[in-house]
Amino acid sequence: MVEATNDFVQDKETIVIKGNISAAYAAKSARVQVISAYPITPQTTVVEKLSEFVDNGLMPGTQYIKVESEHSVMASVIAASMTGTRTFTATAGQGLFYMFEMLHWASGTRLPIVTTIASRGPAPPWNIWADFTDIFSCRDTGWMTAFCATHQEIYDEILMSYKLCEDYDVLLPKFVAYGGFILSHTSKPVIVEDQELVDSFLPPLPDEKGWPHIWIDPERPLMFGNLIMPSGFYYEFRMKIHDAMVRAKEKIKTVAKDFEKIFGRNYGNGLVQEYKMDGADVGMVIYGDLALQMEQAVDDLREEGYKVGMVKLRHFRPFPVEDIIEIAKKVPLLGVVDRATAFGSPTGGPVSCEVKTALHDVKGTARILPMINGLGGREVTLEQQKNQLKMLIKLNETGELPKDMFYGTYWDGLLEVK
Amino acid sequence: MSESEKWKKINKSKEERPKVQEYKNWKELSPIPISLPIEGNMGTTGDWRTFRPVIDQDNCNKCGFCWMYCPEGVIEKKEDGHFEIDLLYCKGCGICAKECPTKNIEMVRESDIKDG
Amino acid sequence: MVKLKEALESCQEEFFLPGNSCCAGCGLEIALRWAMKALGHNTALVSPASCLNVVVGLWPKAAPNFPFTNMAFAAAAAAATGMSAAFKAKNYRFPGKVWGEMTTLVFAGDGGTTDIGIQGLSGAAERNSDFIYCCYDNEAYMNTGIQRSSSTPHGAVTTTTTLGKERYKKNLPAIMAAHEIPYVATCSVSEPLDLYDKFKKAKSIKGCRYIHILAPCPPGWGYQSESTIELARLAVKTGSWILYEIENGIMKLSKKSQPLLDPSKRTPLIDYLSNQKRFSKLSEKDLIELQERLDRNWERIAAELSCQEN
Repeated sequence: MVEATNDFVQDKETIVIKGNISAAYAAKSARVQVISAYPITPQTTVVEKLSEFVDNGLMPGTQYIKVESEHSVMASVIAASMTGTRTFTATAGQGLFYMFEMLHWASGTRLPIVTTIASRGPAPPWNIWADFTDIFSCRDTGWMTAFCATHQEIYDEILMSYKLCEDYDVLLPKFVAYGGFILSHTSKPVIVEDQELVDSFLPPLPDEKGWPHIWIDPERPLMFGNLIMPSGFYYEFRMKIHDAMVRAKEKIKTVAKDFEKIFGRNYGNGLVQEYKMDGADVGMVIYGDLALQMEQAVDDLREEGYKVGMVKLRHFRPFPVEDIIEIAKKVPLLGVVDRATAFGSPTGGPVSCEVKTALHDVKGTARILPMINGLGGREVTLEQQKNQLKMLIKLNETGELPKDMFYGTYWDGLLEVK
Repeated sequence: MSESEKWKKINKSKEERPKVQEYKNWKELSPIPISLPIEGNMGTTGDWRTFRPVIDQDNCNKCGFCWMYCPEGVIEKKEDGHFEIDLLYCKGCGICAKECPTKNIEMVRESDIKDG
Repeated sequence: MVKLKEALESCQEEFFLPGNSCCAGCGLEIALRWAMKALGHNTALVSPASCLNVVVGLWPKAAPNFPFTNMAFAAAAAAATGMSAAFKAKNYRFPGKVWGEMTTLVFAGDGGTTDIGIQGLSGAAERNSDFIYCCYDNEAYMNTGIQRSSSTPHGAVTTTTTLGKERYKKNLPAIMAAHEIPYVATCSVSEPLDLYDKFKKAKSIKGCRYIHILAPCPPGWGYQSESTIELARLAVKTGSWILYEIENGIMKLSKKSQPLLDPSKRTPLIDYLSNQKRFSKLSEKDLIELQERLDRNWERIAAELSCQEN
């Protein structure tokens, strides 16, 4: 194990690094060609580390653009990707909101851009800690979205994302999200893979001609993005985005299988990762950093004799409808934990709404108990998560709902100052 | 047809690709709206004219000012040096007539012209 | 300095194909036509929301015979930064091909430059991003139907300043010069060969280059389409629009503006303003004020030029 100071890794090594640095190493391993950087807590150290790599000649040929706002971050990354280069950027919270207009532009141009988001709570009031509302606010922008629970998963997911996005049947941009400060600023051992092995896994960098669907080439001039009348194919172009994203589900599974074959790490089927769901009486659907701790809670409760299980939701977009239906047929009750809000929606939390929608037309599936906790980085302890599981078991056995239910959703951990 | 096969139709050299893309339905559609350059993309804009520029070729001194100032670029210098206006696309703005130093271009009302 | 006879021989190719939906007599079209003649085929154009974005045609047809990207309103300068960075990255992987010679050009309107785009442009200029930013100035938001922008002059009537604009025109070339970029220039569509020379010079320089072109608009300014060139010429002759270049901080007046340092050589401003319906609400007082401001501006320019000489 190498203590990460200024030692730059070229061959496979395990180093103790923060989640943000893990993302930077992944971008370096993926040999990205254009990086656009703007600082925002808690993502800043991603772009700082990349700046170190570029300035020290460890990413030869990579262009590092220091733009003046997040809107410009996405605009420059879109134009760079359009020209036929592999691109990367990182942002969080308010920055993501500022570039919102350009998110639609990226997905409408079908560009394989990978962006890491160190999620933070939306302002006002200012909050820089883990809360995934920022990512869910971008639900309909046409970006695929994945959540990471561990530091290694950040590194791995970025590599898998490039392979997925650059597939010619997908060609959609992707978010790789993880909890601000919880993953971004804590250190764990991460295996940074050997460059040759990564090169064998990832598709080659775009060749001179660029992508097959868009190119900036004076010998084959084209114009992109001009006006289409309502009677034109605008409606159909938009439909194709949805079509590509739904079909991407199969690709996600294939990429996860390929990844496991080459690097030996398993992430369920890529879309969801079940944990001790066999023989479970109740299950918990959960995503992000809370999933890692929930594994411990499931282990502890299993030891005490409770039959509980957990489903780590890895991808939110495309939503794994079939997998959720399969899981919901196995247990009578599923809790769904959201670390985000969807104000005014049927359940108040984004993922619980989607889970309920997926199960709506299918008979014989679990009852869903929507839950929200940990907003704005509020600490969710192991005890709290064990109590959540116990509460599910009680609900399953006796039908007793917990207190702190608001409009059908359980808001766990609300402060009561005595 | 896989996605990449759809794009191969346009992802070709200028000579081999179609002049204008044609699609029957969303299944055939390329994934993004790209447009290919073509003259007259809004049709024959010559139809916009109320007045048509007519060059007095006998007195024209072939200075080229009309060619220089034409916004549309429809005035062409021929091999023998004289200038011709492409009436298919000329919008009849009148700049050539106004800028001609020797006043040899006249704006004639379209309805006054009897042509076959 | 290209002469018309030379240009007639060498610049016959039209890059912006005719039969597009520009208005008859459009100032933007003349500007783009001559800019592209100077820059040639190896140019990629980024166009934010503007008249240009729309006149290029409806899908699936296009007017520009060169790579052209439509872009969101505020994003042009940043997109051009990204595009030129990508050309550099491609040039690294495929040296000796066209990627090292590509010119990235932004062709934005005054709204997209002086208002919504100014943050991106200022950032790009500070970074000295390698592209040519060209603002074609028709002095209002013309695409959306003639609303005022920061570049609308004092007294002009627009749909959002129906009594005439109170504030004055934002001097964007001066703002760009303050960023200390290698090249800033102003042009007018009445001097196409001067425009050609300036673009040719800009092409040979690396770094952030800014060119500001006065492009009269027949429906927006309220005149007959035949007078586009004449109005642009009057703007220069009255001294209201000054043609100059600032190369590495050194200002040089262009040929048509140089003699106007002498106030007696300037045509009275009213000759320029009276031919446009948008100035119909100007009062006598406004006119005197505008003429005074113009003269004071020239005194400043004269002072700066003499400072440079010393």
